Amino acid sequence: MTLDEYSIFFLYAAMAVYALAFIAFALDLARRSAQVSAGNSVSVDGTVTTAAKVLETVGAGAVGIAGAAGGVAVAGAPAGAGAVGTDAPDGGRASSAGASAGSGGTGTLKGGRVAADGSVSRRSLSLRLGMAFTIIGFLLEVTADVLRGIAAQRVPWANMYEFSMTGTVLIIGVFLVVNTRVDLRFLGTFITGLVLILLGISTVNYYVVIAPLPPALQSAWLVIHVFVASLGTAFFALGFALSGIQLLQSRREVLGGATKFLKLKFLASLPDSTKLENLAYRVNIVGFVFWTFTLIAGAIWAERAWGRYWGWDTKEVWTFIIWVIYAGYIHARATRGWRGSRSAWLAIIGFGAVLFNFGVVNVFFHGLHSYSGL
Amino acid sequence: MSRPSDHFDSPAPQAPQPDDDGNIVQPKLGLVGWLRWFWRQLTSMRTALFLLLLLALAAVPGSLVPQRAADPNGVTQYFTDNPSLAPILDKFQAFDVYTSVWFSSIYLLLFISLVGCVIPRAKHHFDALRAKPPRTPARLSRLAGFQKRTTATNVGGAVAAVDSARKLLRKSGYRVVVFSAADKSGRETASVSAERGYARETGNLVFHAALVGILITVGVGGGFGYSGQRVVVENGGVFVNTLAAYDSFNPGRFFTDNSLDPYSIKLDQFTATYETKADGAFGQPIDYNAEVTTQEQGQTPQQSDIKVNSPLRIGGTDVYLLGNGYAPQITVKDPTGKVVFTDSVPFLPQDANLTSVGVVKIPDGLAAQIGMIGFFYPTQATSTTGAFYSTYPDDDYPVLTLNVYDGDLGLNGGVPTSVYSLNTDKMTQLTGGTTGVDSIQLKPGDSQALPGGLGTISFDAVKRYASLDIHHDPTQGWVLLFAASALAGLLISLFIPRRRVWVKATENSDGTLSLEYAGLARGEDPRLAAAVAEIAERHSKVLSDVPAADTNT
Ligand code: HEM
Repeated sequence: MTLDEYSIFFLYAAMAVYALAFIAFALDLARRSAQVSAGNSVSVDGTVTTAAKVLETVGAGAVGIAGAAGGVAVAGAPAGAGAVGTDAPDGGRASSAGASAGSGGTGTLKGGRVAADGSVSRRSLSLRLGMAFTIIGFLLEVTADVLRGIAAQRVPWANMYEFSMTGTVLIIGVFLVVNTRVDLRFLGTFITGLVLILLGISTVNYYVVIAPLPPALQSAWLVIHVFVASLGTAFFALGFALSGIQLLQSRREVLGGATKFLKLKFLASLPDSTKLENLAYRVNIVGFVFWTFTLIAGAIWAERAWGRYWGWDTKEVWTFIIWVIYAGYIHARATRGWRGSRSAWLAIIGFGAVLFNFGVVNVFFHGLHSYSGL
Repeated sequence: MSRPSDHFDSPAPQAPQPDDDGNIVQPKLGLVGWLRWFWRQLTSMRTALFLLLLLALAAVPGSLVPQRAADPNGVTQYFTDNPSLAPILDKFQAFDVYTSVWFSSIYLLLFISLVGCVIPRAKHHFDALRAKPPRTPARLSRLAGFQKRTTATNVGGAVAAVDSARKLLRKSGYRVVVFSAADKSGRETASVSAERGYARETGNLVFHAALVGILITVGVGGGFGYSGQRVVVENGGVFVNTLAAYDSFNPGRFFTDNSLDPYSIKLDQFTATYETKADGAFGQPIDYNAEVTTQEQGQTPQQSDIKVNSPLRIGGTDVYLLGNGYAPQITVKDPTGKVVFTDSVPFLPQDANLTSVGVVKIPDGLAAQIGMIGFFYPTQATSTTGAFYSTYPDDDYPVLTLNVYDGDLGLNGGVPTSVYSLNTDKMTQLTGGTTGVDSIQLKPGDSQALPGGLGTISFDAVKRYASLDIHHDPTQGWVLLFAASALAGLLISLFIPRRRVWVKATENSDGTLSLEYAGLARGEDPRLAAAVAEIAERHSKVLSDVPAADTNT
């Protein structure tokens, strides 16, 4: 087998493992919904607390997870839950209260933790499996990507097939890294699903054999400009998911906890819409900074390769449009009356434009950037 | 922070107050009042947002139909393909979107709004930079990250404790001011009010100002530049940077002839390297290199290389290698053997294997004006139908074929004609096609008679040409500088938190000190509580390091 064939093999292996991760994450969401319906409280990290003694009370107010009952639940949670909670003063207090309750007398019982008041909290096995599969898939895909790079003797992001591979590696990579700071594992279904779709499309439609770089691409700017663009895209993807859930969540909040909105009961276990909006904003502005850099680096490269730094080539136009949409998103969040759901829509439209720029402009529009390799 | 009134951080607008009779009275607006109102609308966040989204939307059509500036041939083709739609689109400047009236009005309005927004903010920020942090609020317990600690012993009194907090905050980049007072019972209370992160607003202003900088530099400065194209053939004519020497030339608005710095470029050799391995990439270009000799006025000649990603910088211009192809060297003699034409004729590549098309026009010297449409195949092969094609872009087996026409070349009508096309309306085809006479077919070194005893034609040699783009843009450096400032400003304004922190010390009756810590976010600040906690922690450490002997109260 050639190196490229090994690369393909690892890529398919990665896709298989991502599929397992997707299933596990989806099971976790299903489990959350089921537990919420059963009147138990589920925290962001998937921990289910069956409050033995106060079952009725919890059942009545499933929304108040971060409140009194939920405070104890956090005791068994890893630091991640606390990190999400720091935005709201109550969250911080709840987790410290939980911690002290924990030290006051917790025991372990059949994989669950029994807190001082007799409530039992159980961590989510499917969530942990999902993460484990994601990490394994990530390692396999990195291997595939690196092998492709070695086989081609250059960076593996010079045509559509390679962009897709490196881009999805980065989406998963950013997801994993951000997760070390904030517990966003509840986005696992979305992230692995998105990556599977992108990889599926690209391996079937965009695969090309290794070819030498055409002279126009022989530049250090290929390494920098395209890599940073993919990194920005990875952050935008995460921001897109957060903004999407934010919209669902605020919808649910408007309708009131009692209404069974869209049957998406797992929403009760996720952060509230304000917290989701803040998270989305933080992720999106990182993406925006990378995108700004991409725009500037692209202009510098265009000047070197084509003799002008800006020429309204279709790809340049769409990079600009995306940049302006996200600038609009940032402004919307600073504008009274536009905060919240309206700004979330802009983040979603922005990511739509990113996907369009990659999937449609690269393939169907003509311009100087015709490097899709197709 | 003087932000637009509809910024979410600004105080909510006040509803009009009912007058004594309970009617809502709108303030009467004079002309000045209306202008003010209009200006306030224009510089509001809502308008900025609206214009930004409109700008994004307005940029879309330019990617859907070809643009004259980027793709003039595409526009011509579009007119041919859509004869009824194209003129209508053209009315709306759809082929010049980015210079159109409507696109320009959107971004000009946006930038007026931007300037109107930035100036008052800059002034306000300048004042804020010199102002002192505000007084410590009476009750800190309502603020973010609130903590209360009690020292075991009196560590030198409230003022001393606060002073050590002041030093600590100063060192962490806070601007500080200390307040102290004794309460009714005579116990000392001291506090330090600290604020940091003014750079956030500075960064925001730098970012927005840099955008204005880019617009002005591009808009005004662009007029001083020029660009032009010129084809140079290997060992052919020397290009001298003068207006007449360009094949095509686009001057900026403020261009004058003496903007051109005379220097010369001669193409010594053009090398193209192609993939030779027989997998999917066979024949794909790997490298183009134009070896040139250049000479600036009053200096010795110099050898340089021009490559696709590495232009030549000379005489205030940048010279780019944008295209290349074959220029067969052709000689035509009259029946007496007198040379009437000899030149290397640049042919335009038609496909990846460089099948190329070119035109030779011979207006004088022969019995009739003749024109020839030539096909050049660098590595010729014959298909099953007998048609020629090229299998590889390098000149491994070069063949030139020509169809000859005689008649009127149309050169005398005063209408400019392209050297790359032949108008055969008033000409008769003599070879090829349906004439029954074979096309002329030559390998390098071959000669053949022209039909009708007009003379002879020979294909002397295969030469390469390079097409050079020559640009002069004095604003490039400025644009880069502004773009870099925008990026730096953006980073600062998005990631440097602006926050206030207070530390308050109260002396208790038992001689211990109560210390309170709290913070207030000014804008996005996810780490505020953690930062307050860290300050409290460090302050406690500083205090516990104070030797007990120093305390004598
Ligand atoms: C060319 C048009 C504009 C672009 C591309 C743009 C872009 C941006 C970006 C990227 C930010 C976030 C980064 C930062 O805080 O520095 C921002 C913030 C801001 N912009 Fe603009 N802007 C534009 C025009 C305007 C105009 C016309 C106004 C005034 C109405 C304005 C007011 C603001 C304000 C107040 C903020 C701070 C937002 C906050 O507090 O979070 N901008 N702008």
